[in-house]
Parts: sequence; C-alpha cells; structure tokens
Amino acid sequence: MRYIQLLLKRGALATALVLLSGLVLADSIRLATTTSTYNSGLMGYLLSHYAKVSNTEVQVISVGTGKALKMAENGDVDLVMTHAPVAEAHFIDQGFGIEAQRVMHNDFVLVGPKDDKAQVSGARTVTQGLSLIMATNQQFISRGDDSGTHKKELQLWQHLGALPTFDGYFESGRGMGHSLQMASEIGAYTMSDRGTWLALKNKLELRLVLESDPRLINPYQVMLVNPKRHGHANINSARQFAKWLVGAAGQEAIGNFRIDDEVLFVPSARSIIQ
Amino acid sequence: MNDLWTTCVTAIIQLLSGDPLLWGIVGVSFSVSVSALLVALLPALSAGFVLAYFRFPGRWIAISLLNSLLAVPTVVVGLVLYMLLSRAGPLGDLNLLFTQPAMIIGQILLCFPLLVAMSLTAFQAADHRVLETAKTLGANPWQAFVTLIFEVRFALLAAVVAAFGRIIAEVGSAMMVGGNILHHTRNITTAIALETGKGEFVQGVALGIVLLVLALVLNVSLGWMQSRSRVLRHGT
Repeated sequence: MRYIQLLLKRGALATALVLLSGLVLADSIRLATTTSTYNSGLMGYLLSHYAKVSNTEVQVISVGTGKALKMAENGDVDLVMTHAPVAEAHFIDQGFGIEAQRVMHNDFVLVGPKDDKAQVSGARTVTQGLSLIMATNQQFISRGDDSGTHKKELQLWQHLGALPTFDGYFESGRGMGHSLQMASEIGAYTMSDRGTWLALKNKLELRLVLESDPRLINPYQVMLVNPKRHGHANINSARQFAKWLVGAAGQEAIGNFRIDDEVLFVPSARSIIQ
Repeated sequence: MNDLWTTCVTAIIQLLSGDPLLWGIVGVSFSVSVSALLVALLPALSAGFVLAYFRFPGRWIAISLLNSLLAVPTVVVGLVLYMLLSRAGPLGDLNLLFTQPAMIIGQILLCFPLLVAMSLTAFQAADHRVLETAKTLGANPWQAFVTLIFEVRFALLAAVVAAFGRIIAEVGSAMMVGGNILHHTRNITTAIALETGKGEFVQGVALGIVLLVLALVLNVSLGWMQSRSRVLRHGT
C-alpha cells in the first residue's frame, strides 16, 4: 500500500515538473511555415546559422500555407513564412499580419511517370502541359489541402479555363512528400515545388516533365503577426529573425543551401510590400 | 521485401547507436504519455468504482456516454482541444497550445474513458464479499476502495496497459495540439508521420520498432505477473 502511495506521489511530482518545464521562459518564437521549406531541410539549415548569432530559439511548425496563415491570424504563432501571394495579400489587407517581405523564391515543376504517356515534356508552357494531361485523361494528383502549392495549381487550371474534373484527377489531401510518393506508386503526374522534388527524387519512380515557365515561379514571404491584434506575440524577437532572413547573412545562407549540388531556393529579398 | 529488411536493420543499428535525436523523440513520447496516465489514473479509478458500486439516477446514461467516448477519433479530441487552447479560443490566455502540457491534456481526455470503462468492468467482476468483509471489519470507504483496488489489481493493470497503449500510439491529438516542434513536442508518432512524408522510412521504422518493443515488454510482464499470481493462489 505504502508502495502505491509512494508511486502516486512520485507521479504527481513528475507531472508537476513536466508542466513547469513547459512554462520556463527562455526567449523563443514560433514560426509557422510550409512543408516545402521544412521537409527540404532548408529551415533546419537556416536555424543552425541563426543560432550562432542569436539566443532566440525558433520553434518551427510546418503545415500547409492555408493552415499557417490561420495560425498567424489566431495569434498562435509569432511569424509566418508562406508561398501564396494572393492569400498573403488578403492576410495583410485584413490586418492579420504586418511587415510582409520577400525572402526567396524557387519554382514549381511538373513531374510524372517515367514513360510520360501524355508527352508533357513536349509542351512549351505549363498550361499546355496540363491540358495534355487532361486531354489524354492521365492520372493527376492534386494536393487538395489549401496549401500554397494547391492554390497555385488551381490558379493554373483557371488560366486554362477549365475545371480539373477529368476522371484521372485525384486530391490526396496530404503534404508534398506524401503526394509525390503517391504519384510515384500509381504512376501519376503531379505538381511539386522544386525543393521537395529535389529532396525526394532519388526515392521516386518519377521524372521531371516540365519546368521554367514564368508562371511556375514560387515566391516566399515572411510576415509578422499583427501585435495590435495579439499583444502577447513575441514581436521583437520575431522581427529580429525576419530581419536576419532578409538581411545579408540570411540571404547568403539561403543561397548556399544545396541538395546534391543543386540550389533549391534563390534569395530574393528586394521588393518590400508595404 | 529486401528493401524492407535493410530498412529494418539500418533502423535497429541507428537505435542501438544511441542516436540522441531519435532517443529525444522517444523521451517526449514517454514523458507525455506517462504524465497523462498518472494524472488520469486516480480520478478514473474512483469514477469506475462509483459507477460499479453505487446506484444513482443517470448511471446508465453515464456508462453509455463513457463507452461512446471510447470511439471518438484522436484527431477529433485534438481538434476540439486545439480550438479551446488557440489564442482565438476561450482558453487562449493559458498559452498552452503547441506545448507538452497541451499534449498531456489531450492524452488525459483520450485515456480517461478507457480507464473508467475497464476499471468499472474489473470492479464489477470482483467478489462482492471482499467489500462487505472490509466494511464488517470496520474499514472506512477509502480503506474499502483501496482494499478492492488491491483485490482486482491485475485487471486494473491490464486497463493501465491498454490505456497507455492507446495514448502512446496516438498521432491525431499530438499532431494537432503539439505542433510537432523538434525538441519540444515531436514524439514518436508525429515524427513517423513527418519522416514518411520526407521519404525517410528508416527513421520511421526505427521509431515504430521502439513502440513495438515497448508493447511487447509491457504485455509480457503483465502476462508473467498474472501467471505468477495464479501459481501463488492455487499453489500449483
């Protein structure tokens, strides 16, 4: 009996300790960002550099752009880095965020089965490529998760003047990595950001079928949560990190990040919106 | 098949080499799930005891509700808790979202109904004479409760193991309210989800092995204890 009581006491103590450890206040900020910057390894690489110049710990939550912006709107994070210009403009206009700054860009690519049944690689533009996939009723996996990539893909179908309603069009509802793996397993086409594609391509039975259309450019912006709406946000530390990202050191680190000698993201902190 | 084999072997090597990142993730899983279990245990056992030994209006409704809660998906618990703990939600000021305490709360909610339901069954199956004897010998309600717990300890242990199994293996709530933040809220299951998304199956399998080994150890030791007790009781 005494043994059980002792166990319970220890348990309560351990629980109290765990609860306390969550409340210990070291300077830290929360960044909601997209799977494309996190799963490619870029964020880890940048944070290892930032740790050398700052004591602020950056806690990264990687989700789709839609969810990341929602987290910032609700004040559950301090800053956000996403890649969906239209949604971001709306986010700033609504007063949910401030100080939007261009950080970098990469581009989207169309990838597909190695035999490229729809012969997308012969297409000159991305809209032409997509219409070939639709016309030959090949399988196409859409993210379907309100991510930046998903928003971009829907825009491209709109340019084409067509709704993607052909039989081969599926929504995976999952992140880029999972969607690429699904496409690889069933031999489907999909659209990916170049970073995730490069990070995963050696593990996939897919090949790049279309790239370098100006419409496929993929710009990333960093934005701070609006402190007028969320006074609790650690806005100073968040601003410092954003400054570092668009400053010389951050930009250089972004440009130096490579996978298999390939540059994944191009630093492009120039045009500042607002 | 060959691929699976090499993946497993690499995973085991990575585990045995004491990879700090990997074991840190395992540590988060344990501290969260053990804390949740410890917090939920006593209230849940008390609730199970009350439901088993007292007749009151609404008792059957309470039991039906409890059994229905067993079927609630972990991701729904996560979603509701997320909305409560978000800055935009009613409990936002507690500043708990994306922390281990948030994960602990989620897992308490998940294991509580299971613990109550299983302890209720255990108490109901217990010999009623135990409680009556205890009362006759002048035990107060608390002493009677403790005596009964001791009497059905193996069934309760099974309940604890089942509850622990449910919460250490859940991914829905941990992902939603934890946020999968490295060194803070990344546990075994959310790490597996992340690593498979990156195509890094080795780490996913390694963490899966930890879960499997843990389940084996728990169940084998439980089985051993039960068989020991039978031997002691029947003297064979």
